[in-house]
Amino acid sequence: MIFLEKRPQPSKTLSYITPVLAVLITMVAGGLLFAILGKDPVAAIRIIFWDPLFGEFAFYYRPQLLVKGGPLILIALGLSLGFKAGIWNIGAEGQYIMGAIAGAGVALALYPLEAWWIFPLMILAGALGGWAWAMIPALLKVKFGTNEILVSLMLVYVAENFLSAMAIGAMKNPEGFGFPGSRNLQQYPSAHNTEIIAGSGMHWGVAAAFIAAILAYVLLNRHLLGFQIRLTGEAPRAARFSGVKPARLVLFCMGTAGALAGLAGMFEVAGPAGQITTGFNVGYGFTAIIVAFLGRLHPIGIVLAGLLMALTYIGGEAAQSALQLPAAAIQVFQGMLLFFLLAVDVLTNFRIRITLGETA
Amino acid sequence: MTGTLLKIVGLTKAYPGVVANDDVSFNIQEGEVHALLGENGAGKSTLVKMIYGLVKPDSGDMAFKGTAYEPSEPQEARARGVAMVFQHFSLFDALNVAENVALGMAEPPKTRELAERIRTVSEQYGLPLDPWRLVGDLSAGERQRVEIIRCLLQDPKLLIMDEPTSVLTPQEVEILFATLRKLKSEGTSILYISHKLEEIRALCDEATILRLGKKVGTCTPREVTAAQMAEMMVGNELHRPEREPTTPGDVRLALKDLSVASPSQFGTSLKNITLEVRAGEVLGLAGVAGNGQDELLAALSGEITNAPGMVVLDGTEIGAKGPGPRRRMGLLTGPEERLGHAAAPNMTLTENALLTGAEREGLMSNGFLKWGKAKSFAEAIIDRFDVRTPGTETVARALSGGNLQKFVIGREVMQRPEVLVVNQPTWGVDAAAAATIRQAILDLAAGGTAVIVISQDLDELMEVSDNFAALNEGRLSEIKPAKGLTMEEIGLMMGGAHGMEVAHV
Amino acid sequence: MDFSAINPALLIASLMVAATAVMIAAIGELITEKAGVLNLGVEGMMITGAVCGFAVAVGTGSPFLGFLAAAGGGAVLSFLFAVLTQFALANQVASGLALTLFGLGLSSLIGQNYVGIRPPPTPRLDFGPLSDLPVVGPILFNHDPMVYAGLILVALTWAFLKYTRAGLILKAVGENHDAAHALGYKVIRIRILAILFGGACAGLGGAYISLIRVPQWTEGMTGGVGWIALALVVFASWKPWRVLLGAYLFGGVTVLQLNLQAAGVAIPAEYLSMSPYLITIVVLVLMSFDRSGAPASLGRTFHASQ
Repeated sequence: MIFLEKRPQPSKTLSYITPVLAVLITMVAGGLLFAILGKDPVAAIRIIFWDPLFGEFAFYYRPQLLVKGGPLILIALGLSLGFKAGIWNIGAEGQYIMGAIAGAGVALALYPLEAWWIFPLMILAGALGGWAWAMIPALLKVKFGTNEILVSLMLVYVAENFLSAMAIGAMKNPEGFGFPGSRNLQQYPSAHNTEIIAGSGMHWGVAAAFIAAILAYVLLNRHLLGFQIRLTGEAPRAARFSGVKPARLVLFCMGTAGALAGLAGMFEVAGPAGQITTGFNVGYGFTAIIVAFLGRLHPIGIVLAGLLMALTYIGGEAAQSALQLPAAAIQVFQGMLLFFLLAVDVLTNFRIRITLGETA
Repeated sequence: MTGTLLKIVGLTKAYPGVVANDDVSFNIQEGEVHALLGENGAGKSTLVKMIYGLVKPDSGDMAFKGTAYEPSEPQEARARGVAMVFQHFSLFDALNVAENVALGMAEPPKTRELAERIRTVSEQYGLPLDPWRLVGDLSAGERQRVEIIRCLLQDPKLLIMDEPTSVLTPQEVEILFATLRKLKSEGTSILYISHKLEEIRALCDEATILRLGKKVGTCTPREVTAAQMAEMMVGNELHRPEREPTTPGDVRLALKDLSVASPSQFGTSLKNITLEVRAGEVLGLAGVAGNGQDELLAALSGEITNAPGMVVLDGTEIGAKGPGPRRRMGLLTGPEERLGHAAAPNMTLTENALLTGAEREGLMSNGFLKWGKAKSFAEAIIDRFDVRTPGTETVARALSGGNLQKFVIGREVMQRPEVLVVNQPTWGVDAAAAATIRQAILDLAAGGTAVIVISQDLDELMEVSDNFAALNEGRLSEIKPAKGLTMEEIGLMMGGAHGMEVAHV
Repeated sequence: MDFSAINPALLIASLMVAATAVMIAAIGELITEKAGVLNLGVEGMMITGAVCGFAVAVGTGSPFLGFLAAAGGGAVLSFLFAVLTQFALANQVASGLALTLFGLGLSSLIGQNYVGIRPPPTPRLDFGPLSDLPVVGPILFNHDPMVYAGLILVALTWAFLKYTRAGLILKAVGENHDAAHALGYKVIRIRILAILFGGACAGLGGAYISLIRVPQWTEGMTGGVGWIALALVVFASWKPWRVLLGAYLFGGVTVLQLNLQAAGVAIPAEYLSMSPYLITIVVLVLMSFDRSGAPASLGRTFHASQ
């Protein structure tokens, strides 16, 4: 008979080991999946996880790691604050879109003016756009007790529709020969989110992600607010007893997550993506949920998890062209990772005991 | 007494790190009221759960009416004629009485028929009950009736009652005892679990005493004194808290017409509570569970805020302030629920020390936390209150109930409160820890702190209080000096029998 | 603009069709939540059901087998959720999200070879001359079998919760799992069954979209209907008849905005397409005052310790 026995105290060691374990199990299960699809599993795993880092074309892929990892880390950091406190903002995708629209909106409104303050203003607008979008579910939760999960998610679909409306409407490039999509901000020097070191992939958004990780670490480990966030997640009643104001915490966590997601969207539209288009968002807001959990809601963990997840994107694309592996396979792979992570997590809090024979 | 109903031989059950029952044997005769007596943590609950089929023993045998009895689940126990009235958590608030009863039966009749039977049986045993009412709207005593009726409908041979009087007023206890005596006269055996000695002397024919999982003795309660039973139960002489006489000083805390709507659906709202506590005074507030105790504590801690003038601390109106500002001004509180309310279960003792101590103990500056100081504060609490733990980095839920309670009460006491309010300070705590906690409360009062102790344990209240009052359906009774109050008077202050009828025996 | 093209009888008839998928999925989730389990993976289970149903219907030529496979697919996916939350005691919110992310990926993987194919048509139920009655005919007697199946499902669920002992036990488990356990009910087993039922219903709802409503397969075609189903359960205060009401309300909004788009109203299509989501938010706010039907143990993990 197998049963679970609660550990008197969660195991610290295992909480570090389980994410690694989950990644390994996912690799095995993923290999199995690739084999079912008729691809050589060992080759697929090598192309996804090894070649982008150490293969022949690593010089091209490595910078991509930062380009893709930056927004994931930025969004996941924001989400992790709320998740720690039991506040479930899962509409980061919408906040990402609104940040991008707000940031791009500032640039497009000022075009073709060239000035040093345009880019900082865009950063501010991007953060505000995401923040405002996140404030909708936050305020509704605080005022009426509505479920933030559902509201924030509904707003993703609203934002996606708004994005298409912008791409073919107000923000359409007047010199674009009628094609949908805005002007390309990469060709607007004052608004372009350039690489800080050419060829490194290190644009301003990536820098922002690393700064945010440091700030989040300090907040969670050294500051009362971070303590209150953790306390609320662990024991909401004890938190109120301690003096935490739940409404304020909801506004802070949702607002921060929204602002960071908005920033990610703004850096993306002003940099790698370049323009507002209908399919501008590629699901970073959802993948960031996996990143947050895989990183154990810990800032350093999230940085590592974000880079790993970026690797699966890049490796997945490589495998797509090299092995004709379907794009969806990588999505399944990412989903599986979260599954296995949640499953092996049980080991942190429980011990598995196997007893033989009669127990009664 | 026609024979042995239940024979228990060598029952043993171990959990990781603790042997809950170690080789326990005793017999229950037919038509006997048998007491199972022991302190919290003595293993009473585990033992009855084994009899009821909720827990499987590691070894040992049971025989019911002479044949082997090994219930693997409660349904089996019920089929054999064993029924159990739980201390808490076996009712469903959102369902009505009839539905609750039906859930406890193997093959319930049609709802209408069942309702009729509930009416008949409940009146027959002097426990009238409306089958269509929502259980969440019932008083604690009525809820217990639902459980008892649920059992009686199945004609049990053995009725197990787990601490049944902890939710009753003295008058309601009398009604219950009348019902139990009637059952006994009809030949039903009763296994009565309690740590209240006088009750056992009044009701039970035989007693089995457990200490730390082992049977330490048996006695016939009518033939021994309460003190003798207490000694068997606890194992050594108890240190009784000492009370130094004090003259009450100025009014520290005053409640003026405090009315609070309960935040929970089935909670109790507070109605026009007015009281004063003076420096050096201990005010004891009695009441059956669910009569507004949690709400009162929340209104004092600041978890529920209200009109500024309703709560006045040292002349300052603080009714609208939250927990933080109140704590800064010296009003400290200790809620009933240790895990999840007074302490965060999965956080370390250092973190839990910070939970209420951050400001008064200077554990932070400009919002940045001083972990070193927090750890020292936790160590100081552990030292002074003899909290048994491997260290400050242990999580709260790893501590035993008594040790955690010493920690959370100690945490407030060490912060030198001007006013201290505690709810059920020794609930589920062993006698030694309870004595430590009561002594700490009395020492605090001797030093000039005004103290309110909310408790359902009348013995405890009589031991520590200068003045005494009771909460009943969210209202406060008249406040009287504790000295010289009779049980009868206390019972009436608690609401008497709450309009319940006495059994027509 | 030409509003005369909007025929009220046809509008009601198409509203019923538009409401069916979300209604079936919401009923499944309602049962799951009544047992005290919050499964946020409805969207993932629906899309998996949509693709399973589509693939099997195309493969066998039988829409009936398609729906059966969809229910099976949804249930299998929900079983993963059951394993995570009931055995591994994982957080229900996180597990539900994982289910949705996984389901979306899995469905597009399975569905990549089915893009652009038409599924075998599902015949309408034949009511003979009744279908030709004016007004009543198109509204009541001119639908595919699943529309009626959905209505029957609502009625059965209502009766199950109100009149049966199994329904009572289900509610008890969702209300107070410790008490149910103390009375000897198998909390975990009951919850797993409820989760599987919820998964099967979500699968059916998804297949209704891919086989009847659209009917074809495109990636992510459920477009948030699973989330709206979750909102619907809150709107309904966990009462089956109100799920029906809510689903028709949602169906009405969807059909109306599509009709307005077709009629060429001066509002861009994108803004009209937002309306079902915005209305869902409004409804959530309005219903936030009534949580009377919410199971008390909803979302809490049960572990029988000692």
